[in-house]
Amino acid sequence: MLRYIVRRILYAIPILIGVNLITFFLFFIVNTPDDMARMQLGVKRVTPEAIERWKAERGYDRPVAWNGAEQGAAKLTNTIFFDHSVRLFAFDFGAAESDGRDIGHEISTRMWPSLAIALPVFVVGLAAYVSFALLLVFFRATTLDTAGVVMCVIAMSISGMFYIIGGQYVVSKLWNLVPISGFGDGLSAWRFLVLPVVVGLAHGLGESGRWYRTIFLEEINRDYVRTARAKGLRESRVLFRHVLRNGLIPILTGVVVAIPSLFIGSLVTESFFGIPGLGSYTIEAINSQDFAVVRSMVFLGSLLYIIGLILTDISYTLADPRIRFD
Amino acid sequence: MLPFKPILLWTDMLVLLLIAAVIAFVVQARQHEHLRAPWRKVARSTGGMIAAPVLLAFLAIGFLDSLHFQRGTPPEKGQAEMRYGPDVLSVLDVLVEHLRVQQERSFSAPFATHAHSRETITRPDGSQVREFPRLRHGGSHLANPETDRAADIGQRLLRALGISTVLGVLASVMVVGTYARRRGLSFDGALAAMREGNVDIPIGPMLVSALLLITTFTMLFALSGVYHVFGTDKVGQDVFYLTLKSIRTALVIGTATTLVMLPFAVTLGMLAGYFRGRIDDAIQYLYTTLSSIPDVLLIAAAVLMMQVYMDTHPEIFDSVTRRADFRLTFLCIILGVTSWTGLCRLLRGETLKLREQEYVLAAQAFGVSHFRILLRHILPNVFHLVIITTVLKFSGLVLAEAVLSYVGVGVDPAMNSFGTMINAARLEMAREPIVWWSLAAAFAFMLLLVLSANLFADAVRDAFDPRMRAVRRGSRAKQAKVPPQPRVAGAA
Repeated sequence: MLRYIVRRILYAIPILIGVNLITFFLFFIVNTPDDMARMQLGVKRVTPEAIERWKAERGYDRPVAWNGAEQGAAKLTNTIFFDHSVRLFAFDFGAAESDGRDIGHEISTRMWPSLAIALPVFVVGLAAYVSFALLLVFFRATTLDTAGVVMCVIAMSISGMFYIIGGQYVVSKLWNLVPISGFGDGLSAWRFLVLPVVVGLAHGLGESGRWYRTIFLEEINRDYVRTARAKGLRESRVLFRHVLRNGLIPILTGVVVAIPSLFIGSLVTESFFGIPGLGSYTIEAINSQDFAVVRSMVFLGSLLYIIGLILTDISYTLADPRIRFD
Repeated sequence: MLPFKPILLWTDMLVLLLIAAVIAFVVQARQHEHLRAPWRKVARSTGGMIAAPVLLAFLAIGFLDSLHFQRGTPPEKGQAEMRYGPDVLSVLDVLVEHLRVQQERSFSAPFATHAHSRETITRPDGSQVREFPRLRHGGSHLANPETDRAADIGQRLLRALGISTVLGVLASVMVVGTYARRRGLSFDGALAAMREGNVDIPIGPMLVSALLLITTFTMLFALSGVYHVFGTDKVGQDVFYLTLKSIRTALVIGTATTLVMLPFAVTLGMLAGYFRGRIDDAIQYLYTTLSSIPDVLLIAAAVLMMQVYMDTHPEIFDSVTRRADFRLTFLCIILGVTSWTGLCRLLRGETLKLREQEYVLAAQAFGVSHFRILLRHILPNVFHLVIITTVLKFSGLVLAEAVLSYVGVGVDPAMNSFGTMINAARLEMAREPIVWWSLAAAFAFMLLLVLSANLFADAVRDAFDPRMRAVRRGSRAKQAKVPPQPRVAGAA
C-alpha cells in the first residue's frame, strides 16, 4: 500500500511539471512580456521606457530560460522561467502585478472563506443527494420516481446563475432574510454564508440526484440483492444495508477528487455574493488582467486536482476491499 | 452585380463544415441498417421526440443567422464599384428587420407603450414636465394606450391563434400522412392507431410540442411588429431580437467546439489504445496533464493571452463583427482543447478492448495495414461513443458559455449571447422598479434549448449505449405494444 502511494505521488511530479510548462508557454511565449506591458499600460500611448520600467519592476526584463551573462547556477536561476515558474513548486508565488501584494499571503487568507462555502455544500450536498436518490429508488417505476427524474432533468437544464440571481431576489430582496452579498469576520459571517450554501445545494440536486439514482439502480439488479430479498429481508433493509453500502463505493470514490479543490471555491458564486475567497480573487485578477495571479491559480488548481486524483486512488483501496494495488 | 456581398466568417465556416459532416454521416447511415437502427430507436423515445421540434427550430434560427452578407448601395455617378455598408448582416436580420431597426432610447418593459424611467420633456408651450415618455415604436400605433392596449393585444393574439391553427393543422396532416405512408396505413388508420396508442413513434407528444412551439412563435412574431414583446435593454434594443441572435452563439459554442475537438480525441485515443507502449504513455501523459488544469482557469489563461494578442495587433481585425467572430472561434478551440480529454480516454479504453477481438486479429493476420485496421475496423466500432459524447456535451457547453461570459473570458462583449445578456442585465437588478425582462428572456430561452438538448441526448445515449439496453427494463413492457415492423416481418 505504502509503495503504491509513493509510486502514485512520483507519477504526479511529471504531470505537475507538464502543467507548469504549459502555463509558462501560455504566459511568456505566446505573448512576450513586451506585449503584456503594452496591454497593462494602455496600447496607444505607451513609451519604450515605460515598458522597460514595467518589465524591470516585475523581473520580466531577464532572459527567458538561459541567462548567459551570469555565472554558475545563476545562469539558470536568474531567468523568467526560474523565477516565475520553477519557484511555484516551492509555493513561492511572488507578487501580484496589479497591486504588488504577496500572492502567497493572499491565497492563505482567502482560501478560508472559499472553504466556508464549499465545505458545507459538499458535505450536506452529499448526504442530501444520496438520500434523495435513495428515495427515488425506493419508489422506483412509480409516478413519484418519474416526477423526480423529470424534475432532475429540468433542474440540471437551468443555468447556475439563475439559482443565484433567483435566490438573491427572493430570499434577500423580497423576504429580507439575509443580506444580498458581503462577508463578515468570524462567526458573524454565517448570515452571509447561508444563501450561497443553499443555492449551491439547489444547483447540484438535479445532476447529482439523477446520477446517484442511476448508480443505485444498477446496484439493485445485482444478484446479491436478489439473494437478500429471497432471504425475506424487508425492502428498507435491502436498500439501506445492501444497496446503499455498495452504491456508496462509486459515489464516495467519485467525489474524493473534488475535496482538495474545495479551497479554490467557485468563481461565479463568490463573485455574485461578494465573498472574499479565492474564486473572487481569480475573477478580480482576470478583470484586471493580473497574469501573475492567474498563473498562480492555474498552478494551485492543478496541484489540488492532482492531489485529489491520488486521494481517489487511495480511497478505492480503503472503500472497497476487493480492489488491491501492488 | 449583386446588391449584397456574401461574408464568410470563421464560425460560418465551422457551421458549414458541421453541416457537411452531418450530411455525410446521414448519407452513410442511410445505406447501412446497423447505423440506422439506433436512430430508429431515438425516434421511438418520447423525450427525444418532444425535444426534436424545439431543437429543429433553434437549429433553423441558428442556420439563418449564420448566412452573413454586407448590404451594398448601387454605385453613384463616377464610381465603378458597388459600395458595401459596414454592417455584417445575416439572413435572420433581414427576416426580423423590424426588430433590429425599431430601437428605443432605453429600458422599456414588455408590451410597454411608455419608457421605463421618467424623462424631462419640454411641452409645446415651453413648460417642462417629468413624465414617462411614449416609446418611439412600442405601441406607437395606439392613439390611447391606456384604454386600447389590452384590446389591441387580444385582437392580435386571436389573429395569431388563427394563423397558428392553420399552420398546426398543416403540420399535423403532413406528419401523420408521412407516417401513414411509411407504415403502409391509410390516413384514418394512422389516426386510429394513434388514438389507441398503437404507434411505434410517439407522434402525439411530438405534435403537441411542435404545436406549442408554432403557437408561441406565431404569437411572438405577430406582436413583435408593434410591441417589444420582451421589452428593451439599456440602449433600447429589442430583447426579443437579442435573444434570437444569442441562439446562434449558443449553438456554435455547443457544436463547433465538438467539431474542433473530435479529430484530436479520435486520432489520439485510437492510436493510444491500438499501439499501446510508448505511444500510449505519451498520449496518456498529454491528456492527464491537460485535464489536471481546472477548465475555467485554463480557458481564462488562454483567453487572457488571446486578448493581449488582439489588443496588440488591432490591425488584423477590421470590424467589430470580425473581432467578435475571431474571439468566438478561439473560444470554441480552447473549449475543445479542454474537453477532448474525456472522449480520448474513453476511446483509448474501448480500442484497447477491440484490438484483442478476433476480427482485428484476423485483419492483422491478413496483413492489413494498421491505418486501414484503425479506419475500417476500429473507428466504426467506437463511433457510438463519439456520438454519445457529442450530444451529451452540447448542453454543458451552452451553460458554460454563460458562465464564461460572466467571468469575463467568454465571447466578445459586442457579441450577442445569453451570457452577455445575463451579464448586462445583472447590473440592472438593483433598479427600482426592477428590470427583469432581459434576464427572464435569456434564462427562459436557455432553459428551453438546454432542456430539449438534454432530453434528446438522453434518447441518443439510450439508443447507442450497448450497456443501456440491458439496464433499461422498464421500457421493455412498453415496447411489447409496438406493432411488428415491416423490416422485421421481411427478415423473418
